[in-house]
Amino acid sequence: MIEHAMTCQELVELITSYLDDALPADARQRFERHLAVCPGCAIYLEQMRMTLRLLGTLSAETIPATTQQELLAAFRGLRHMGESR
Amino acid sequence: MSDSENQQPRTTGASREADDVSGASTSGEAAGPASDLGLLEALRRGDEEAYLSLVSMHYAAMLRLALMYVGSRAVAEEVIQETWVGVLQGLDRFEGRSSLKTWIFRILLNRARTRAQRENRTIPFSALVTTTEPFEPTVEPDVFRSAEDQHPGSWITPPAAWDSLPEERLLSLETRQQIDQALTTLPAAQREVITLRDIDGWSANEVCDYLDISEANQRVLLHRARARVRRALAGYLAAG
Ligand SMILES: [Zn+2]
Repeated sequence: MIEHAMTCQELVELITSYLDDALPADARQRFERHLAVCPGCAIYLEQMRMTLRLLGTLSAETIPATTQQELLAAFRGLRHMGESR
Repeated sequence: MSDSENQQPRTTGASREADDVSGASTSGEAAGPASDLGLLEALRRGDEEAYLSLVSMHYAAMLRLALMYVGSRAVAEEVIQETWVGVLQGLDRFEGRSSLKTWIFRILLNRARTRAQRENRTIPFSALVTTTEPFEPTVEPDVFRSAEDQHPGSWITPPAAWDSLPEERLLSLETRQQIDQALTTLPAAQREVITLRDIDGWSANEVCDYLDISEANQRVLLHRARARVRRALAGYLAAG
């Protein structure tokens, strides 16, 4: 082998760069080449993707109805003030 | 009331770039000028639907960020309320130097800091202080073969796949609580970055602009935060 192959330990530290498409082309190639032949790293990447998916679901936390009503009241109140100025 | 903001031609991303003083957003992705324009107009017009969708879209992230500063959910809700009042009062002064979202979250941060001071709470360090953190592995080194091994740096104990787990388990309330728990243990800067990127869906550029950190710094913080959450999840899901 001519070039140094990426190790698993190196790959896991590059996952965020990989997912942000921020790896230089040669590093990306080595990353993908490793991934293709290493089930452990493929699983790690999948776990990371699932982690991101689950984090994304936290944004769906719904706003309490009372908070929403108060925020709407503030919106209406301020608008009213603006109009009467 | 001044209408000067309305009369300025802001039809393209380029016009926004021109008055952008921040260096972090040179690629032009930091702000969403086109969508901001429509949204701004809707808010100024008093469009309640647009306002409420904006409010609920960012509610979860705002609540999480506010809770880093203040002691209770009730106070955090008040901070959110004060934020929106500040946003509405400042709409006419908004100049588009940053994206609307960034501007809104800066107001949130100011309100939260003010409340924290009033409550005599320690204000968490923001991302600024961590620029020169040394490299630390995010995966325990002992799961990899050592340098003396024939295949140094490869898995001794590869992670277990989650795809055999039932979807209901992965998406359960308990799993989400585990994530929440892991998030609260993160250092402040990591928590800010992961909340904005992965919960509120900001781009890397937007976060760099908002926190005034370099792209490399943003990535390190995000990477560590994600790795910690993944690890917590792996521990929880393996325990069955
Ligand atoms: Zn590997």
